[in-house]
Amino acid sequence: MATTAATLESSDLERFRSETADWLREHAPPSIVGLTGTELDGNWGGRRAVFANDGMKQWLEVMGEKGWTAPDWPVEYGGGGLSPAEAKVLAQEMRGQRLPAPLIGFGLTMIGPTLLRFGNEEQKREHLSRVCRGEIRWCQGYSEPDSGSDLASLKTKAVRDGDDFIISGQKVWTSYADEADWIFALVRTSTLDKKQDGITFLLIDMDSPGVSVKPILLISGKSPFCETFFDEVRVPVRNVVHEIDAGWTVAKALLGHERSMIADAFGGATAGPPKKKGSRGRLVDLAAHYVGERDGQIADAVLRDQVAQSEMDTRCFGLTVQRARDAAKAGHQPGPESSLFKIYATELNQERHELMVRLAGPGALGWEGPGFADEELKLTRDWLRSRGNSIEGGTSEIQLNIIAKHVLGLPD
Amino acid sequence: MQLVLTEDQELLAKTAADFVAEKSPIRRMRALRDSADPVGFSRALWKEMAELGWLGIPFPESVGGADMGLAELAVVLEALGRKLAPEPFLSTVLLGGQALLLGGNEEQREAWLPGIVAGDRIVTLAYAEARSRYDVHRVSTRCEVVGQGFRLTGEKVQVLDGHVADAFLVTARSAGDEADADGIELFLVPAGAVGLTVERQTRVDSRNAAIVRLDGVVVQADARVGEPGRAGALLETVVDRATAGLCAEMLGGMSEAFDLTLEHLKTRQQFDSVIGTFQALKHRAARLFIEIELSRSALMAASRAIDRGADDAPRLVSLAKARCSDAYVKVANEAIQMFGGVGMTDEYDIGFFLKRARAAELTFGDAAWHRDRWARLGGY
Repeated sequence: MATTAATLESSDLERFRSETADWLREHAPPSIVGLTGTELDGNWGGRRAVFANDGMKQWLEVMGEKGWTAPDWPVEYGGGGLSPAEAKVLAQEMRGQRLPAPLIGFGLTMIGPTLLRFGNEEQKREHLSRVCRGEIRWCQGYSEPDSGSDLASLKTKAVRDGDDFIISGQKVWTSYADEADWIFALVRTSTLDKKQDGITFLLIDMDSPGVSVKPILLISGKSPFCETFFDEVRVPVRNVVHEIDAGWTVAKALLGHERSMIADAFGGATAGPPKKKGSRGRLVDLAAHYVGERDGQIADAVLRDQVAQSEMDTRCFGLTVQRARDAAKAGHQPGPESSLFKIYATELNQERHELMVRLAGPGALGWEGPGFADEELKLTRDWLRSRGNSIEGGTSEIQLNIIAKHVLGLPD
Repeated sequence: MQLVLTEDQELLAKTAADFVAEKSPIRRMRALRDSADPVGFSRALWKEMAELGWLGIPFPESVGGADMGLAELAVVLEALGRKLAPEPFLSTVLLGGQALLLGGNEEQREAWLPGIVAGDRIVTLAYAEARSRYDVHRVSTRCEVVGQGFRLTGEKVQVLDGHVADAFLVTARSAGDEADADGIELFLVPAGAVGLTVERQTRVDSRNAAIVRLDGVVVQADARVGEPGRAGALLETVVDRATAGLCAEMLGGMSEAFDLTLEHLKTRQQFDSVIGTFQALKHRAARLFIEIELSRSALMAASRAIDRGADDAPRLVSLAKARCSDAYVKVANEAIQMFGGVGMTDEYDIGFFLKRARAAELTFGDAAWHRDRWARLGGY
């Protein structure tokens, strides 16, 4: 059985680990311990930033100064300059002390890596440090009402006027556009034979005159999604990332980066949701509560079978994520199995919610108000929201197209 | 637990794939079927496989084995499963061999395991009965004490490779009700024993099996394998190992059936197009790919869990069998459909995979049975 080099830590890394642990203990405000630092209670930063508590504000400041909001970015742009191994150690130590990430958002996950790869020096200096300090919050403007799966058909126009572009059009599904300070958007600068060839990747200040935002209400209630309107917005040409008409290349790279992030995110959920002590798993607990048990088994044989199926599907998926990770650790080329992650995980989540709603029975009938427990209302909303999982981030149909073309080699 | 092949396992996989490509194309299985070959596999190839060390993979070096495990055997079985090779791995290396390895005393192991590993002896487990379905504990074959020995009466069905077995490991009940886990004995009965008759069966998937009738077969005390009345637990463990082995074969078979189907999609033309350009077929093929990948993960986890002696090995075996059962049947059904009319002909090989998929589904517990077991082991 082979042991990998990663299991043996060099003395430099060991020293970094103990220094990091000490620094964290010294600088982390007590009020942040145990917060998740994710969507609900995390620091998104930005001009109108709202913090879960004072400690989280301090946390952002002190980590931003250290460069550890973006640990592996170059120091000259506000990052920590850490190696991947060091960044991993930092993450482990933070987890060990139950410390949340000091900053989250699309600045770190999307526009940052994009500028590091495609941005010019001026853009990197202007934007990256402001991301690292949490001063500027970003959103993404890709989809349009007429351009969803067929993103390359997008029509938001950019007309050249001296040193500026004049932008007119509309984006949809822009998450948190109503809270963001800047947007990175795909706009059409030329109409050429190949629709991908006339697209430009452009950075736009949301405070620019002509930009307006409207939140989108979903069937599940409030959402972070928005419509974003551009009414003859003036944007300097120097805000073009990479080259004019070459934006599709940038978008594709970002898409690839997103996909590997999704894969990493799934990696943290290999065995399904974590079990509370004494719990036999959420599905079994729900079944026991709503359906009851007889002779040590869930009282409805059909629902029991469906619970088992869902658990087994979850386990198979987790094992497949683990297999891809183990192969990567062993230095193998990425196998085809990762192309199933998005479609399978989302459909699994949907089926799980279908089953949970059926287990809850009439308990899942509520929208709000009396006669329903909070968990029941949340379950119903979550089920509704889950219907979007197979659509957002690349529909299941697109995923199947990708598998058919790139994995199976089926012809166009 | 690393779900990745080691260098040794990769080498084994390549060797097995090369061997099978050269010496065991599917037409060999077809020829054995068509000629109603009395043995039903190639004794010569079996010896060659023994010489390659394949039979000894899950046995200790003391009996000539390689001291490896299910993870390695799975790699070989997958290659063989691709070509539906009929050699008696399931019956002899897994069912009979593992029962002797785990339950036999020193004399019994010494008497039989070296011969098994060398490819000279076929030993199979005779446990299933007409009414037992998938429950290994449902045993009606009677065991009566007779002097210093025992008299066995009953009928076993679907005894894999029973028609050529040199010995049978037979389950019989000495105590308890029909489905009790306790009160089950395991006896080593040589072929040709007085009162023992073997009648070959013909299966839909051409796998070799036989009915074994015991009409007052008398065995001595030294024929008992394992602890008195406690063979029930041994049976479960042995059948779990065989189940993992079957899953490996199934993974190979579904992969081959899928590859054949992809090739068909890329070559068959209708309506001025290669049919693989039709999106409906693309999507269905992509879904089959997903099923196969998930099956592979489950099988790898199950075989490694067995080798580690992990507590959750039985649960993972159920995971693998349920997944592989549904996946193989789905792949095979879709394959026939996508092949169209010719898929229904005996002339085309794809029908063999449909038959093997179904038969494998109905062996050692189908998906529903294993979901029930998963739930039971999960406390619900």
